[in-house]
Amino acid sequence: MLLARLTEANGAPGQEGDVRDLIRAEIEPHVHQVKTDALGNLIAIKNPDAPGPKVMLAAHMDEVALMIVGIESNGYLKFRPIGGVDPRVLVAKSVVVGAKKIAGVIGSKPIHLQKPPERERAFTIQELLIDIGAKNKEEAERLVKLGECAYFTTKHEEMGNGKIKAKALDDRVGCDLAIRLLQEDVSFPLIAAFTVQEEVGLRGAGVATYQIKPDLALVLEGTTASDVPGTDEHKHATTVGAGPCITVIDRVSIPHPPLVQELFALAEEEGIKVQVRRNTAGGTDAGKIQMSEEGVKVATIAVPCRYIHSPVSVMSKDDYEGAYRLVRSYLKKLQEREASN
Amino acid sequence: MEIKQVFRTLSEASGVSGYEHNLTSTLQEHCPWADEIKTDKLGNVIMLKKGHGTNPRPKVMLAGHMDEIGLIITKIEKDGFLRFGTIGGFDQRVLLAQEVVVHGRESRTGVIGAKPPHIQVAGEQGKSVSMEDLFIDIGFDSKAQTEEHVSIGDLVTMKRDVLDLQGSFMAGKSFDDRAGVAAIFECFKVLAGISHAADVYGVATVQEEVGLRGAITSTYGIVPDIGIAIDVSFGDSPGLPESDTIKLGQGPGIAIGPHVHPKIHARMVETAKEWNISFSPDPSPYPGGTDTYAIQVAQAGVATILLSIPLRYMHTPIETLDYEDVRQTGRLMAMFIAGLNNDFVEGLTCF
Amino acid sequence: MKTVIKQLTEAFGPSGYETEVTELIKSLVEKHVDEIKTDVLGNLIATKKGSPGGKTIMLAAHTDEIGVVVTHIDDKGFLRFGNVGGVGIPTLVGNRVRFAGGAIGTIYHEKSSWKELSLDKLYIDIGAENKAEALKKVKLGEFGIFHREFEDLGNRLIAKSMDDRVGCAVLIEALKKIESPTNTLYFVFTTQEEVGLRGARTAAYGIEPDLGIALDVTLTGDMPEARRMEVSLGHGAAIKVKDSSIIVHPKVKDLLVGLAEEKTIPYQMEVLEAGGTDAGAIHLTKTGVPSGAISIPTRYVHSPSEMVDIRDVAACVDLVVALANADLASI
Repeated sequence: MLLARLTEANGAPGQEGDVRDLIRAEIEPHVHQVKTDALGNLIAIKNPDAPGPKVMLAAHMDEVALMIVGIESNGYLKFRPIGGVDPRVLVAKSVVVGAKKIAGVIGSKPIHLQKPPERERAFTIQELLIDIGAKNKEEAERLVKLGECAYFTTKHEEMGNGKIKAKALDDRVGCDLAIRLLQEDVSFPLIAAFTVQEEVGLRGAGVATYQIKPDLALVLEGTTASDVPGTDEHKHATTVGAGPCITVIDRVSIPHPPLVQELFALAEEEGIKVQVRRNTAGGTDAGKIQMSEEGVKVATIAVPCRYIHSPVSVMSKDDYEGAYRLVRSYLKKLQEREASN
Repeated sequence: MEIKQVFRTLSEASGVSGYEHNLTSTLQEHCPWADEIKTDKLGNVIMLKKGHGTNPRPKVMLAGHMDEIGLIITKIEKDGFLRFGTIGGFDQRVLLAQEVVVHGRESRTGVIGAKPPHIQVAGEQGKSVSMEDLFIDIGFDSKAQTEEHVSIGDLVTMKRDVLDLQGSFMAGKSFDDRAGVAAIFECFKVLAGISHAADVYGVATVQEEVGLRGAITSTYGIVPDIGIAIDVSFGDSPGLPESDTIKLGQGPGIAIGPHVHPKIHARMVETAKEWNISFSPDPSPYPGGTDTYAIQVAQAGVATILLSIPLRYMHTPIETLDYEDVRQTGRLMAMFIAGLNNDFVEGLTCF
Repeated sequence: MKTVIKQLTEAFGPSGYETEVTELIKSLVEKHVDEIKTDVLGNLIATKKGSPGGKTIMLAAHTDEIGVVVTHIDDKGFLRFGNVGGVGIPTLVGNRVRFAGGAIGTIYHEKSSWKELSLDKLYIDIGAENKAEALKKVKLGEFGIFHREFEDLGNRLIAKSMDDRVGCAVLIEALKKIESPTNTLYFVFTTQEEVGLRGARTAAYGIEPDLGIALDVTLTGDMPEARRMEVSLGHGAAIKVKDSSIIVHPKVKDLLVGLAEEKTIPYQMEVLEAGGTDAGAIHLTKTGVPSGAISIPTRYVHSPSEMVDIRDVAACVDLVVALANADLASI
């Protein structure tokens, strides 16, 4: 299953190779042109020379990961997060490191040897180390290089009532949607930008947009859902199961109001359950796309995901299908408009 | 003039972010290797050394920022003392008892005053003095007197001559990042004696300390194929964990991270090994904080890399480095450039 | 001018939703300019053409104001909200808001010490008794602004969104006064400044001016126990040296000081430690644009009761008018 392969592939910001290759193989049969740029963005173009609005879909390939920054004399690996990771989710997890996919664990002092007050304090990144079972520095250096990344080993699995658990739903779910949407039968130019390095500052999106010069862009994301115990209802941001969310404002963009209105109206027309993204925090590639050159009309459509930026996220299959249906309907509507012109 | 001496001159000159024009003539006078030198609208100095390849030649941009952090006068008190804010990031603890130069109508010596121990309250010495409570004394006795020489908005730099320490070690102000500019000159000097296909744009950028601003606009104007930023990085010193620092005297740090193109990284390391130039690996998960970050996302994207000169006591008036590291960085860049060809450059957008 | 300031400050225009303001400005200026258009981000660009030898100047004042956005409606009809731009908690509590659809409400806080108050501990009461009733008045995702009227105190004026409607008023007044300028002047009424100088960035990219000048408010330090700031009300137009978004090009700073001295316009130098303006975006456009700012000294910025001195506003107008025919050869 595509989403399983996408989420189980590893791709830290700046090291998206495996994800890029996977996506390229999937999209090549469906588009006219595929290219990459100096940062590694993958750009797939359908109908490059056709008239009509140039529509850009954007999804980022990178996921948050851990970069190996040092090797201790006893063979343990020191690491720093690349992208935002809460250190508290790291302890006692298994990882794979680097090109050779070396297995490792993020260990900690056993509970038996800790005093109760010690357990109140969270571990800091500086205290955590990856143990790959190497006896010393030399052995570790033969297996792992500085700058390589460690990834969570979460397997994609369906669970509960129509839910999926996996790592990197942010934003492999967006990549999956873009891959499927590229298969739509449209006559206008449809371009998917599979961007790099979103997690370390929306780095790839602006560069890709400069090359594409779209008339409008739809950003496909996996966004935060905090609809869990311990969080007041008004802080949920989004609700899993309430449909895909449409952003009205986030930290880096206020999506184009007429386009946003159009999407809400379309959802109602097509009977697609959608929700407003109810949080002003968080950023997406839309921030850079909107600011490209003289400005681009953007909107962001996201699938609610619990526990993003941690080893395991959870989303609803219905929300994901809803997102697909919504964007597909929008593309169809554009197509109808073009055909009648 | 020997480049080390030019470096000394640059360090002792004043060029706070936004006001780097004082340095322009020094650069222009001591860059005999450039075919063209120009300044752009924000004051970036762009020194072009043309290559020997056929057109279109690959373009390499080298960037070292020439601005230094400084202070700016925000108020003149009634008794003639000056209050100030900062331009760039200062640890206010290093300012106490520091000698400065106030650049008003003329450049004048000033002192950042401190309360003598005799009248301090018990326990006061445990807390650092806040920026708000610091002031500059330039020896005038009234606001009216001071106002004849200084206005709100005037700039202040640290007063510091370069010190030669043991061996090739040096200490001084604004080594961050005039050392990078010196490395560009060292690179030019080596390139003058060898053949290289690419056009090399050595850019002394402005306003890095306040947001990489010069790098944004200069890169837009050049549109290079490759961008190499040379900045300083944390040199080894007591109290700092080894994995956060680079040892002095072992050549530049070669960064690896999202801001570094993997092929450029591989080629740079290969070049260093081939020419016996020592270097330290510098894993950097966070791509920001240097001109590399701005260069990489100009227009359709640029293949970039960051080389770091190890520096102790960054953002203090006594920044310390080993000048040999500067020379080796220049040499590494020159040999890297000399080894470039069109095929390699074209392959940079292939992933 | 007071009438225009009143009209502008009482209009609705949070970041992203500035149409009411830009339409109002359009109606006030279109007869006085050669060209007028709106771009993708909603910036209103009004041009007065200069003579062939002149340079191009982009003058920017932002039309958006800070505000709130509805993020939740509870069963009892209370609203929870997020911020649009930099809204401070002390300025919210007990104040009223007005939403895009016209609903009015008041803001209050959960039981908490002042120190621990955060935005998510505040709520808005629009007088609804339950969720259904609330939903008839507002929608999730709807934007709102401070609800406050303009007051004329003589030389001093109070209103919400002086930041930066007073800057817009300065440009409107200036463009009415300017006839046959030497330089081509782009009066840009920008959008989304409060959330990241966004409109100015894309407008400047299209215009590529020779010189960029922002007209925005700056803080003052002339109130009791105020944070240190040498700018004061009534001391003239503030010529910016630096803020957190720009270090004004020395030549632009000198140009403005020179014009002020030449035309005997009262002025003061401004160093703003925190805060940015559209000039921050303009000066980094393409290969760079020498830029600066003429600031209107303002007390209580980002509160519902921002205060300016009309004499300072007039000085700013005079300085902008002086730019129309200024010799920009030095830039």
